[in-house]
Amino acid sequence: MSGHDSKYFSTTKKGEIPELKEELNSQYKDKRKDAVKKVIAAMTVGKDVSSLFTDVVNCMQTENLELKKLVYLYLINYAKSQPDLAILAVNTFVKDSQDPNPLIRALAVRTMGCIRVDKITEYLCDPLQRCLKDDDPYVRKTAAICVAKLYDINAELVEDRGFLDALKDLISDNNPMVVANAVAALAEIQETSSRPIFEITSSTLTKLLTALNECTEWGQVFILDALSKYKATDAREAENIVERVTPRLQHANCAVVLSAVKMILLQMELITSTDVVRNLCKKMAPPLVTLLSAEPEIQYVALRNINLIVQKRPTILAHEIKVFFCKYNDPIYVKMEKLEIMIKLASDRNIDQVLLEFKEYATEVDVDFVRKAVRAIGRCAIKLERAAERCISVLLELIKIKVNYVVQEAIIVIKDIFRRYPNTYESIIATLCESLDTLDEPEAKASMIWIIGEYAERIDNADELLESFLESFPEEPPQVQLQLLTATVKLFLKKPTEGPQQMIQVVLNNATVETDNPDLRDRAYIYWRLLSTDPEAAKDVVLAEKPVISDDSNQLEPSLLDELLANIATLSSVYHKPPDAFVTRVKTVSRTEEEDYPDASEGGYSESPAHTANIGASSPATTSNAQSAAARQPAAAPAPVPDLLDLMGMDNNSAIVPTDRPASPAGPPLPVLLPAPTGQGLQISAQLIRRDGQIFYSMLFENNSQIPLDGFMIQFNKNTFGLAAGGPLQVPQLQPGSSASTLLPMVLFQNISPGPPSTVLQVAVKNSQQPVWYFNDKLPLNVLFSEDGRMERSTFLETWKSLPDSNEVSRDFPAIVINSVEATLDQLAAFNMFFIAKRKHSNQDVLYLSAKIPRGIPFLIELTAAIGVPGLKCALKTPNPEFAPLFFEAVETLLKS
Amino acid sequence: MAGAASALFLLDIKGRVLVWRDYRGDVSSVQAERFFTKLIEKEGDPASQDPVVFDDGVTYMFIQHNNVYLMTASRQNCNAASLLLFLHRVVDVFKHYFEELEEESLRDNFVVVYELLDEIMDFGYPQYTEAKILSEFIKTDAYRMEVAQRPPMAVTNAVSWRSEGIRYKKNEVFLDVVESVNILVNSNGQIIRSDVVGALKMRTYLSGMPECKLGLNDRVLLEAQGRATKGKAIDLDDVKFHQCVRLARFENDRTISFIPPDGSFDLMTYRLSTQVKPLIWVEAQVERHSRSRIEIMVKARSQFKERSTATNVEIEMPVPPDATNPSVRSSMGSASYAPESDALVWKIKSFPGGKEYMLRAEFRLPSITSEEATPDRKAPIRVKFEIPYFTVSGIQTQTSSLWISGWLQIYSIFTIWDGDVVLESALK
Repeated sequence: MSGHDSKYFSTTKKGEIPELKEELNSQYKDKRKDAVKKVIAAMTVGKDVSSLFTDVVNCMQTENLELKKLVYLYLINYAKSQPDLAILAVNTFVKDSQDPNPLIRALAVRTMGCIRVDKITEYLCDPLQRCLKDDDPYVRKTAAICVAKLYDINAELVEDRGFLDALKDLISDNNPMVVANAVAALAEIQETSSRPIFEITSSTLTKLLTALNECTEWGQVFILDALSKYKATDAREAENIVERVTPRLQHANCAVVLSAVKMILLQMELITSTDVVRNLCKKMAPPLVTLLSAEPEIQYVALRNINLIVQKRPTILAHEIKVFFCKYNDPIYVKMEKLEIMIKLASDRNIDQVLLEFKEYATEVDVDFVRKAVRAIGRCAIKLERAAERCISVLLELIKIKVNYVVQEAIIVIKDIFRRYPNTYESIIATLCESLDTLDEPEAKASMIWIIGEYAERIDNADELLESFLESFPEEPPQVQLQLLTATVKLFLKKPTEGPQQMIQVVLNNATVETDNPDLRDRAYIYWRLLSTDPEAAKDVVLAEKPVISDDSNQLEPSLLDELLANIATLSSVYHKPPDAFVTRVKTVSRTEEEDYPDASEGGYSESPAHTANIGASSPATTSNAQSAAARQPAAAPAPVPDLLDLMGMDNNSAIVPTDRPASPAGPPLPVLLPAPTGQGLQISAQLIRRDGQIFYSMLFENNSQIPLDGFMIQFNKNTFGLAAGGPLQVPQLQPGSSASTLLPMVLFQNISPGPPSTVLQVAVKNSQQPVWYFNDKLPLNVLFSEDGRMERSTFLETWKSLPDSNEVSRDFPAIVINSVEATLDQLAAFNMFFIAKRKHSNQDVLYLSAKIPRGIPFLIELTAAIGVPGLKCALKTPNPEFAPLFFEAVETLLKS
Repeated sequence: MAGAASALFLLDIKGRVLVWRDYRGDVSSVQAERFFTKLIEKEGDPASQDPVVFDDGVTYMFIQHNNVYLMTASRQNCNAASLLLFLHRVVDVFKHYFEELEEESLRDNFVVVYELLDEIMDFGYPQYTEAKILSEFIKTDAYRMEVAQRPPMAVTNAVSWRSEGIRYKKNEVFLDVVESVNILVNSNGQIIRSDVVGALKMRTYLSGMPECKLGLNDRVLLEAQGRATKGKAIDLDDVKFHQCVRLARFENDRTISFIPPDGSFDLMTYRLSTQVKPLIWVEAQVERHSRSRIEIMVKARSQFKERSTATNVEIEMPVPPDATNPSVRSSMGSASYAPESDALVWKIKSFPGGKEYMLRAEFRLPSITSEEATPDRKAPIRVKFEIPYFTVSGIQTQTSSLWISGWLQIYSIFTIWDGDVVLESALK
């Protein structure tokens, strides 16, 4: 029953728009319908038909459902560009929402919710109110989703009109589909709100578990995902929930299965009976295995999740390693993931079989896959001590095949094996040396050179081997140069004969004079000084025993793993990153860029856009926060009133640039981090700030040099919270004497540095004209405090009690004076430290506050001070007391200012 | 946790947008198109690319069907499994409507496509993907009526897969078992790995809202009922049911009870990994004579009882991609060279139990090979055939135990067998 709609795509010679206009106003119904189809066809291929708005809307009042749907579709697309004309459609919408046909009622509400024009949303309220209580479940389920749409456009309106309560009532609806959509809508609203809106109580739990049996497969996913937020009170309740959810494992829909697995894994944390846990593990294994018979894309998602599950509960799939063997027709992305899991499940029991597989893969066609297979063998050697020898013999067999990339990959992993088992397998070095001249990849070369240097005393011709590399020293990549430098020094220290002595001269000369790589130069100078002042000390340093490396196959740290497991089946579990690492709340931004602009240019708004409540309605989250952000920052140097048109001057790629950019220069002057004298005339001032739930690096560049500067780039060194740039640095060319400021969005947990927490943030900025500038900044902990850090009083008490006393740290700040409790609380609230309770203790006031940093680490705070008297005692209780010093530093800065 | 798609795109083979539906207004089609065309350009073959890609704040997930890509874009932490599966369901819906989903059929039916995109997803949340019920109220031109359509009860009912008021003069049920067996055999002829994936395919033509129950010779079930399990019972590793089956009930007493959709559907799929003996054993010997020709000898032996007969046997032997000039002789059936899949296909109409057939083939090879000798592609030998009334797993649906409110007639239990037998020695 194929159609012939393609005819609508054909164009005529005469001007298309006028012709369509004529047809749209035709007196014949069929002609009008055809014309609307042509308009939609034009829209589909990307032509701008917005000028026909009035004519299309005129066709809206029709009995013909198909035509009506097309007109609605047109409206969704163009209403935002014609907000004033969109009002014309409102009457029909309101009328349609009372149509006797439920299909039309639902259609009207669904479409109105998609039209993101402020003026329309007001008219949406009454129809929505009616439709939420409609007799027909089809209308109710559409209305439920519509509340979420409206909340996205105008949250205040939703709360004022009581839609949230109406939505909550729908959870008790007798129709399962309505329940499911209400759950989806509430879960989404909760996600964007810092207030508790949708809290699952034990009675909602029961209702939802019942609805689970009856609603569609997609609805089951909504419900399971929402329920995974529920924390059971005790082991018994957890067991009950699991019992109700387990049948879902038999569902044909993989998404239902994965969400059920998520639920069960979460509840298992509370279950104490080992029998029950063992039994559940046994039950989950077959469904997880069956996911591997699904479509390859779904297999991929399943494999990424299984990767997490086996890290948490290795027993579940311990005996199933065979199902992860690659099939010849698996897509490469599935094969790669299977390999990862095979490494994780490899054990002394199955290693022989696994090695056979890996060996097989190492002779396949796809280069990346082959490399990964070779690496997998090495990782198994490192993981399983008893199997190391067998792994190595497989690697040697592979080297003998003499496929270049196999050899190189094998050498890289053998280097790691040497480090894991020092002084055990060096007998194979001779075999490795045979392939020396085929190496052309930096990592393989560097590995080989490391091996030669490390075992120089056992390789008779080590000096010759190294010398052969030295000729090309200047052309080698830095990685190889560094290894060559170190290996030569090692050689010299081990065999201080004439040959090596000459070599070391050459290398040091090359690495200090001829190079412009600072790392290489620094290392060379250190060696040079060491060697010339105290060769014995040099030996101690260079030939020091290295720490043994260990298996890295379960590399995720436990807290991150738990967070990811709570997100099974979602993107977070696919990326192996917490949601806040990739979800940025930019959507309101792009909307402002793309849509609000035409409004403003046509004088749609008479008020100045950035400062009125009116625009707040169209992008509530951003603007209202922007205002409070502005309010937070005390009046400062007057900034030029920014022109909204500036927004359009920005690169369209940089969707992450925040809307509240106009407000950004209004803050206090930024601290200077790179003074002009140091920066050859370039001065950089910068500070981390928090806006609208996101962290930005607010930067000011001033060019005091004589030349224009451009091509600015920025990089952050590893730091405690893994802060890194969330996008490219947007700085235009800087003419001499000019300056530019920018807000660089930041993301968390990108490059985390291990070790104790520290506030040091090392930054490198470069441009096309100058050398790289390095400077240090401080990471004030308060920028990490999230908007959802508020705790209920009872939760606060419970958490306080549940944490051991060893987690409490306190510090005195003798210099801080609190003059007014209110002012202090306001000040702290602006930085997302939330007031919980207050208590009088003799002449002192005791304040309790809460805050939260990403990954859900709460801070429970107790401040004790006498009003107007210097001296403040701050006590902190948190599951992660290692952050306490950072916290006190932040408090001190906040309250001093 | 909550998260939904921002938009759904249907793209052509070059990554250009054919039709798209914007659900949230936070990802533009220009942005998505720019991303995807770049991806195609860069990777050449998107089929080898991870199906979940992050770019500039947006996550794209895509699948391919014929010359069309289906893709969602999202800015939230949405449920990846659900959305990818949803895309596959969208393919099913379109196939139901247009018979085949391809660029042409989308262009030819863009009005219906828009209508469907409006109905199957709302605000980025998957809503409803039962093609059969959808076609009751969203119709293509040919079937369109002027009377006002109403949403069928099924859309919001607990039984969302079946409409009320279906009437048949003759009530019929067909039940087929299709099993696919994957066996990996090493060069010594030992079976390294074998697994069976089966589906119980049902075609129902029943009136009203029939309550059905089905019994299986599943060991857990039989034991639960206290019945003897000697010999006949089988252990299923895992079973998956169509959404019509009441899962809670199955969990309780292993009863498969359901109200079936109208027409054909997979009632149940199952998997078992116990060792199975291949029903048709295929051995191949490959000899490369110098660099100019290759000789293949295939032996196929049926290992089932003589009273059964396999029909429509197809044996697919991989051959080197540069082979030419085939010459084939076989003791039974016919063989043809299929260069498009680099294989030799040997077809035997009827293959009785306990028999052995042979085939010899010779191919010419080009005398010059490329310098960069890449390792040979290792493809398995595939064997496909049907044996009526026979399953590898031994699964039985007891005719007497399919209980349908009213009365029933079961017509056929057919087994179709399709799988890979990988002979590791095949191409060495």
